[in-house]
Amino acid sequence: MVENTGKPLDRVDGRLKVTGAARYSAEWDVPNLAHAAVVSSTVARGSVRALDTAAARAAPGVLAVLSHENAPRLQPLPEKVGGTLFRGEGGMTETRQPLQDTAVHYAGQPLAVVVADTLERARHAASLVRVTYAEQPPELTLKSVSQRSLPETFVGNKDEKLQVTVGDPKAALAAAPVRLERVYESAITHHNPIEPLATIARWEQRNGGEFLTLYDTSRGVENLQEVMATSLGLPKESVQVICPFIGGAFGAKGWLFAPPLLTAMAARLAGRPVKLEWRRQDMFSVAGQRAATHQTLSLGASRDGKLLALQHDTQTHASIMSGYTEPCARVSRMLYAVPNLGFSHQLAHLHLPSPCPMRGPGETVGGWALECAMDELAAELSLDPVELRLRNYADKNPETGKPWSSKHLRECYERGKALIGWDQRNPKPRAMREGNQLVGYGMATTMYPAARRPAEARATLFADGRALVQSATHELGNGAYTIFRQISADGLALPLERVRFELGDSALPAAPTSGGSATTATIGPAALEACRNVLTALKRLAIQQAQSPLHGAAEDAIEARDGRLVLKADASRGEDYAAILRRAKLPLVAATASVKPGEEREQYSFYSFGAVFVKVRVDEASGSIRLARLCAVYDVGRLMNPKTAHSQIIGGVMMGLGATLMEETQYDARTGRAVVRNLADYHVPSLADTPDITVEWLGIPDPHISELGARGIGEIGCVGTPAAITNAVYHATGQRLRSLPLTPDKLLRG
Amino acid sequence: MLLDALREQLHLTGTKKGCDHGQCGACTVHIDGQSALSCLTLAVMSEGRAITTIEGLARGEELHPVQEAFVKHDAFQCGYCTPGQIMAATALVQDRQQRSAAEIREAMSGNLCRCAAYANIIAAIQEAQRA
Amino acid sequence: MHPSQYQRATDATQAVAAVAARPTAAFVAGGTSQLDLMKEGVLRPDLLVDVTPLALTTISPLDGGLRLGAGVSNTAAALHPEVQRRYAAVSEALLAGASTQIRNMASLGGNPLQRTRCPYFRDPAQPCNKREPGSGCAALGGYNRVHAIFGASDKCVATHPSDLAVALSALDARVQTTGPNGPRSIPFPELHRLPGDAPQQDTTLAHGELITSLDLPAFDGRSHYLKVRERASYAFALVSCAVALEMDGKKIRRARVALGGVAHKPWRLPAEVEAMLTGKKPGEKLFRAVADKAFAEAKPLEHNAYKIPMGRNLLVRALLETSGLQPLQGPAGTAFAASVGGVSGEVAAR
Repeated sequence: MVENTGKPLDRVDGRLKVTGAARYSAEWDVPNLAHAAVVSSTVARGSVRALDTAAARAAPGVLAVLSHENAPRLQPLPEKVGGTLFRGEGGMTETRQPLQDTAVHYAGQPLAVVVADTLERARHAASLVRVTYAEQPPELTLKSVSQRSLPETFVGNKDEKLQVTVGDPKAALAAAPVRLERVYESAITHHNPIEPLATIARWEQRNGGEFLTLYDTSRGVENLQEVMATSLGLPKESVQVICPFIGGAFGAKGWLFAPPLLTAMAARLAGRPVKLEWRRQDMFSVAGQRAATHQTLSLGASRDGKLLALQHDTQTHASIMSGYTEPCARVSRMLYAVPNLGFSHQLAHLHLPSPCPMRGPGETVGGWALECAMDELAAELSLDPVELRLRNYADKNPETGKPWSSKHLRECYERGKALIGWDQRNPKPRAMREGNQLVGYGMATTMYPAARRPAEARATLFADGRALVQSATHELGNGAYTIFRQISADGLALPLERVRFELGDSALPAAPTSGGSATTATIGPAALEACRNVLTALKRLAIQQAQSPLHGAAEDAIEARDGRLVLKADASRGEDYAAILRRAKLPLVAATASVKPGEEREQYSFYSFGAVFVKVRVDEASGSIRLARLCAVYDVGRLMNPKTAHSQIIGGVMMGLGATLMEETQYDARTGRAVVRNLADYHVPSLADTPDITVEWLGIPDPHISELGARGIGEIGCVGTPAAITNAVYHATGQRLRSLPLTPDKLLRG
Repeated sequence: MLLDALREQLHLTGTKKGCDHGQCGACTVHIDGQSALSCLTLAVMSEGRAITTIEGLARGEELHPVQEAFVKHDAFQCGYCTPGQIMAATALVQDRQQRSAAEIREAMSGNLCRCAAYANIIAAIQEAQRA
Repeated sequence: MHPSQYQRATDATQAVAAVAARPTAAFVAGGTSQLDLMKEGVLRPDLLVDVTPLALTTISPLDGGLRLGAGVSNTAAALHPEVQRRYAAVSEALLAGASTQIRNMASLGGNPLQRTRCPYFRDPAQPCNKREPGSGCAALGGYNRVHAIFGASDKCVATHPSDLAVALSALDARVQTTGPNGPRSIPFPELHRLPGDAPQQDTTLAHGELITSLDLPAFDGRSHYLKVRERASYAFALVSCAVALEMDGKKIRRARVALGGVAHKPWRLPAEVEAMLTGKKPGEKLFRAVADKAFAEAKPLEHNAYKIPMGRNLLVRALLETSGLQPLQGPAGTAFAASVGGVSGEVAAR
């Protein structure tokens, strides 16, 4: 049954991707398609006093101009979708529906959509729209904001409280022999997938009612279907969202819904299918972002390095119309055995675009702060940083007291040390050089929660011997087509070539938004169960067929092997799937499955772990930092496909590198307009920034997460990397930099 | 723009729009055998010049060695920057020079991959330049 | 993008006449900067005159130096054996700039005419005196981390982005043009201007004046370019430095130094600062003194004071490396020599 799963197979969609044949959202050839361009607010706060669209409407090729003046009325967003709180403090998304009133809450907010017969004409006409505003001074800084709150939970999850005290951290800190309090700050960053947001919306009459088809860059087709139906006042069945390929998401493309809503409204107004492709510049206003953070870490320890207290207080921000809170204590709450633990999250509402999750939400920057503070504590205590972590190794979850489902972090530290040559370094800061550059080594622990969610799948066997397995999950570079085909092929005991896996369509069996590194653990078991169910159906069919060699056999005496149903006791007695279907004169047999995690979730604490070690070169004269080498070892359960998994992990590592060294979005402190709004000024790592990377995993299956033993791997690479680099810069230079990103100016400023 | 003409008029959507301003490399094509950005090329200025897009690289079912190497080394994830990467890489390897990993890092830095399959891209190009 | 007519130039005279006759016309060659800014709505020419048919694509000897045709691509110039051998700073500056694709497309004549990377200039929704005279300078009191520390005015604090221009300034190249008033020859350091009260004017070229070649004078010294950027490649300079050094035995006969990323134009050091090097033996102490002097008059804004230590250090290193007191970080005439910090990975370690 494990012919394919766990093997490093080439991506099954590789050929489509290397030939340019994979179809992304803006690339559907929809007849009579019109093009849209957006007019965005140039002010951050106030309201639209007048919108002069006369010139735009008169421009050649223009079909419609959508604005608050003529936009269809939208219903409010659902309160909760799929268990995720949408609205209110701690909620996931922007609650305000687009173009329903004149209010302006951030610069770059869409105010009108111009539809024309060509893209050029739409863009030109959009440039002719004149907006006058009643402006108010925007609030743009954490320090002086008037609207603040202390959200109770992260997106309504009762298991993820944002304000927590275990024991008495305040008293324990005061009494601790060694105390350290540090402030860490991180900048606003953007996902910037290379594929920008795009939607094609088409309205049709179907069965006497309106039907909306959306081709949208969505990693939550089911969610989006529900949001669109609710907003537009349609039955859910009247909306279909299709997205077979996503050009990267990293946390974007899931939780902010204005882009598809605007496109659907524009298409309705224009009476034609409409495509709205957002410009890269717009990605800095409508696509979500990781908010900036200001984190205070307080550690209390004994002289021999035992943590006595940990307090992690975060100030961060959302927009005026979002309650999304970057959950910075996600690592602090569980990583070390500490008896007195406290954390808090204060949310400020600014006139900036809405935030949303970004790879390792909370973990990436919150874990950075914690793991930098641990490095500072190690230096304070003259302890090896790895040793300090071992002295505080948590054998159970310190917040909940639950045992881990599976944890082998010690092995990760050991192996990582060996890979980088940790013990060969001179541990003294500023002691190592190569040419005119300082050299430093650093490490950090990494982790990621191993979520699993409910999901459905359907498996179909065809009379021609082929099979199809389907679930409304997503291919965003995670290898979904590949690994679920591997799992399905094994579940059906068929060779890979005879099995297809379909995803990215809200008409398929329900699957959650792809995120939180939960897709493998969520969809894998659903696919397997659907395979089992269809084989059961086929067994029953065979048992009933008088001519079948399996006629009359007990169901549990039959097993699937090499595309055949055979008797367990005598594999020579049996026949292939197609023969059974042909005899029954059936073109196919199908079965669905609906699976969800069970009681194990109450019994265990599910996390992946890892250790990241890096070597940096620092050119102190210019402030330039380069990564020479990164060696990381992960305990992530069993891998479904080591080849695609390796890519996903190194991709996470590089995004962590970007956040550490170069990524930063700036908004003008007076006007709130983005001043970093393109890929020349927003530096994502280039190939030249790629270190030599060695990534390993322990490969120990998680016995409790699912029968596959696989935890997620999408985000863990991003976590840990920032602290390892920052700590290495300290080792190289003796400078503690506590503000991300570590751009040259900060090193020069000292 | 050449990019829009390819994507919207000729329906050759293999050439990708990532930034539309010459800052990501996703729209890379060959113009007269050299890598170039179609988002900063006026279609009218390329009149009479030979343009190759990703769609023109494979010979029927037979992939170009660079395409083969990208699949083998998993030199992509989401696939969106991939056609641009491959066009840049094929232009790079056509002079048959054996470039070091550092030279590949420098020469290919104009093609951003946010999935950051970079380490695998280096491996794929090293294999392709040996082919 | 603003709708624009397109015309292919038939010869230089016709091209110049076509643009000169219309205040809203512009030349286009490689297009990498022009079309980028047109899409942003920053430039709105209504007639584009394509000068690529003029085929100004030759590199030829000239009075012991080299004439680089304005239509030569950045790639072709950077990899030309004579350029790489005799004017390493030019190759280094070109190869440390942009990306392979852009270097293939961009012309030498267009390169020094790139507009500033000031984000306020590039966003038509923001005030900017360079884009819209009289609208104000948003960078002055705004986000000005990448802005000028020399020669700025209260109207504009933008910097000039071209790497090549910095090298050409240090080498005292000459710019040959043809314009409505006939041909001109401009010393490179006089091509660009400081913003003063007219930041909309980047250069001293007249409307309709076309660069036909960049002439490198005879030079038997060593030249070198160093560039600091925020990622290992494919980024504009925070600060850069070009040095052209001619020796007389063990002593410096003449040293010319230009800085990039610090002013509205390539910032050629004042003659008296360069003169501090004349007749001296190369040495770190001397170079430090020159660097201190060179930056004595720098005027930082709120976010860019780091450019002073960065620039000083860079200047010292550029002089040390050009004079051979420290090794180049890669083969002369390549991006590896120019890129401070180098590319990532162990392979890059020396």
